[in-house]
Amino acid sequence: MTDDPNRNSPFRPSRRTALRLMGAGAGALMLPSAIGRSAALAAGADATGQLILAFSQEPTVFNPFMPHIEVDEGIHFAVFDTLFTFDPKGELYPVLVTEVPTVANGGISADGLSWKIKLKEGVTWHDGTPFTAEDVKFSLELPVDPDFRSWRTTGYNLMKDITVVSPTELTWTMTQPFAPMAAVLGSTWIVPKHAFDGVADRNSAPFNNAPIGTGPFVWKERMAGDHIRLEANPDYHGEGPFIKTLIVKYIPDLNVMYTQFKSGDVDVVGLQWITPDHYEEAKALPGKTVEIAGAGSFESFALNMMRPQFQELAVRQALYAAIDKQSIIDALYYGIPQVTETYMPQQSYYYNPDLPKHEFNLDTANKLLDDAGWAKGPDGIRAKDGVKLSFTNSTTAGNHLREQAQQFIQQTFKEIGVEMTISNLPPAVMWGEFWMQSQFDTCIVGMNTLLGADPDNSDYFMSANSAARGGAGQNTTCYQNPEVDALFKQGGETFVPEDRKPIYQKIQELIRHDLPLLPLYQYAVVKGRKENVTGPVPNVNNRIDTWNVNTWKM
Amino acid sequence: MLRYVLGRLWQSAILLLLVSFIGFVVLSLAPGGPLSQFALSPGMTQEQLDRIAEQMGLNRPVIIQYLEWLRHMLAGNWGVSYRDGQPVLKIIGSHLFATLLLMVTSTILAVSIGSTIGIVSAIRRGSVFDYTMTVLAMVALSIPTFWFGLVAIYVFSLNLGWFPAGNMYTAGDGSILDYARHLVLPAMVLALVDLAIWSRYMRTATLNVINQDFVRTARAKGLPRRRVLFKHIVGNALIPMITLAGLQLPTLLGGALVTETVFTWPGMGRLFLDSLGYSDYPVVMGLLMTSAIFVVIGNLAADLTIALIDPRVRLE
Repeated sequence: MTDDPNRNSPFRPSRRTALRLMGAGAGALMLPSAIGRSAALAAGADATGQLILAFSQEPTVFNPFMPHIEVDEGIHFAVFDTLFTFDPKGELYPVLVTEVPTVANGGISADGLSWKIKLKEGVTWHDGTPFTAEDVKFSLELPVDPDFRSWRTTGYNLMKDITVVSPTELTWTMTQPFAPMAAVLGSTWIVPKHAFDGVADRNSAPFNNAPIGTGPFVWKERMAGDHIRLEANPDYHGEGPFIKTLIVKYIPDLNVMYTQFKSGDVDVVGLQWITPDHYEEAKALPGKTVEIAGAGSFESFALNMMRPQFQELAVRQALYAAIDKQSIIDALYYGIPQVTETYMPQQSYYYNPDLPKHEFNLDTANKLLDDAGWAKGPDGIRAKDGVKLSFTNSTTAGNHLREQAQQFIQQTFKEIGVEMTISNLPPAVMWGEFWMQSQFDTCIVGMNTLLGADPDNSDYFMSANSAARGGAGQNTTCYQNPEVDALFKQGGETFVPEDRKPIYQKIQELIRHDLPLLPLYQYAVVKGRKENVTGPVPNVNNRIDTWNVNTWKM
Repeated sequence: MLRYVLGRLWQSAILLLLVSFIGFVVLSLAPGGPLSQFALSPGMTQEQLDRIAEQMGLNRPVIIQYLEWLRHMLAGNWGVSYRDGQPVLKIIGSHLFATLLLMVTSTILAVSIGSTIGIVSAIRRGSVFDYTMTVLAMVALSIPTFWFGLVAIYVFSLNLGWFPAGNMYTAGDGSILDYARHLVLPAMVLALVDLAIWSRYMRTATLNVINQDFVRTARAKGLPRRRVLFKHIVGNALIPMITLAGLQLPTLLGGALVTETVFTWPGMGRLFLDSLGYSDYPVVMGLLMTSAIFVVIGNLAADLTIALIDPRVRLE
């Protein structure tokens, strides 16, 4: 579990009419395949060697439709296949389908309501049973089975009339246009219908602990609390796999994980990776490749825009100027994360590189507050019209680096006459109602507001999507800007990525100007692997290291 | 004797019931709960969480949930894990093997070496050996296990390359020799601290005996030194040790969290921590009950053993 309230692609139903992702899909079709998917298929039968991949959390949920966390998807990507999923550039590429459905290729109707997909031929399940459209239909219906303890129903609950046209063709209609559907399908792993035949309670089906997929690796055994062993699928329908045995090892302590990487017991360091304090040493290790990879999440100092203290832009600007971002990154995070001015990852096609650069300057901050009429009282704290520039700041208790950053910010704020009291909460309390209902003054929070590779995050910034203002959504800063609202609406109705880009860049510019949250940095992690291992590639659009494990080699 | 045992068992049953009730209620009161890990997931809504809670029966009053759990428990059904859907007893069983392997090995090392050091120290009280061992025991007791663990890995694994840096066996190997190689470092580290404790206890226990009248008498009547040592001194010094051993039994099964973590050993200590972290109530309750049962058994066994070997003690 991370302390991000929304790590990675949030499939929030923004329920607006646009077919944004289908537009992105159409764009993908026009571009040549980014990662050599058309390369000659290697036979999984020739796979060699054993690779040990370490995670600091234990995968325990192997039915991808049951409630799970991101580490479980590390196994899902190896054992199962999606219909299509996102590559590092944010483009969808086909996995079980012959091509990603788009409006351009007729896979999706112009109104976004009718879908048609064509499946690859000759794909079989690990037990030899042929894979057909019936399996896809079953998988798309499973999440809405009322007796099934399903992960999410979002998106699936809008599908109706799922029809098997032929063993390789499937159609369905949507009860309403639902833009994130492609992103939902991008992380929908297809499960075999026959594994549930005659199973009375699908929640306790034997399949759930002995998964059968179509993916590059076949489930072999699990030693609870220790590791999972997977073997190459000799009949894999796609590229690879090139590794004979894949061991997914559970090492809960990050220092221990690093030590085992150093000693050679671990080949690839996965989820939670190498801690920043080991980066310098790790870089110099012989025979290892250690790299910094950008992640999709960003850290910010979020303000509750309903509070009287933060109504004036000058106050927000002054607070921003009084945060010494670079020192926090260098001193606490060993210089690994990158400063950012926006929520958009720098790897994204929609990233706006021209936003004004933050500058730490206490004089500027003081001047802004002086000019705006916030005068220091006898206690040294500024006030204006009876409102004291004093507030609490909350974050996850026990996140030591953040707590140190918090104390650092508290000091620089004090120098400009701003009183910040620290009030941290355990994660389950912090990211519950306290966050969702905007009960905080300010928070330090790490989150990913994006939906896969789609630039739309209206759920977080549109006026209507604030729970504290009576809406439904994740706009917990209660930000309101009619211009931003209008742009989100326009962007949602625009299909071509080239046309969408300026709209979403403008949104970033406006949010940077208004500062409902003070952007600190974009997350980056230190990834490590043995020199002879190739294949692991960072992908901000998928949740876990193994998104392309079929192409890994050693 | 039988009446005594039955009385003790009856008391134990009430104790276990109390432990289970308090454990269950405290667990339920803790913030978070089994679904909090999903609340942070992208796109999760309260509506969906409520649906899952209802399916899992988590929305019922705590007392109802407890009675339900108790009813199943008494019928031998310990429930299934919230995390992976496996039966609780199966999960405990699979971790128990790892823990027993490590704990039994290290305890045998600790007891045998520790007791010997303790006895020799007591007999040669004030010697260089005694002082050296006292100092070393203090050092071993005051340095945290994880530090020993990391140093052991650094020296014997990273630098010398004699032993693996962790894990119970090499994935894909798993021969007895492979297990043994993996066992050396963690067992050694774990034994070190226990050894220090046992040597201190044994030294004190031996000293208590060594000046007793019956030892002097045994010597005075000309018994061989060896016979006095083993029969009269050690034999009597072991009595308090049995109580200690009885109390150690549950620790044996509880595993050694720190050592298990440093050496990535998939034992009970880590299972407990993980299950607690995920609010996996059925597994946590299962572990709680297992260790409570062993505390009860350990105490009872120690009392009975003492009664058997010490003619001065009578159980009534």
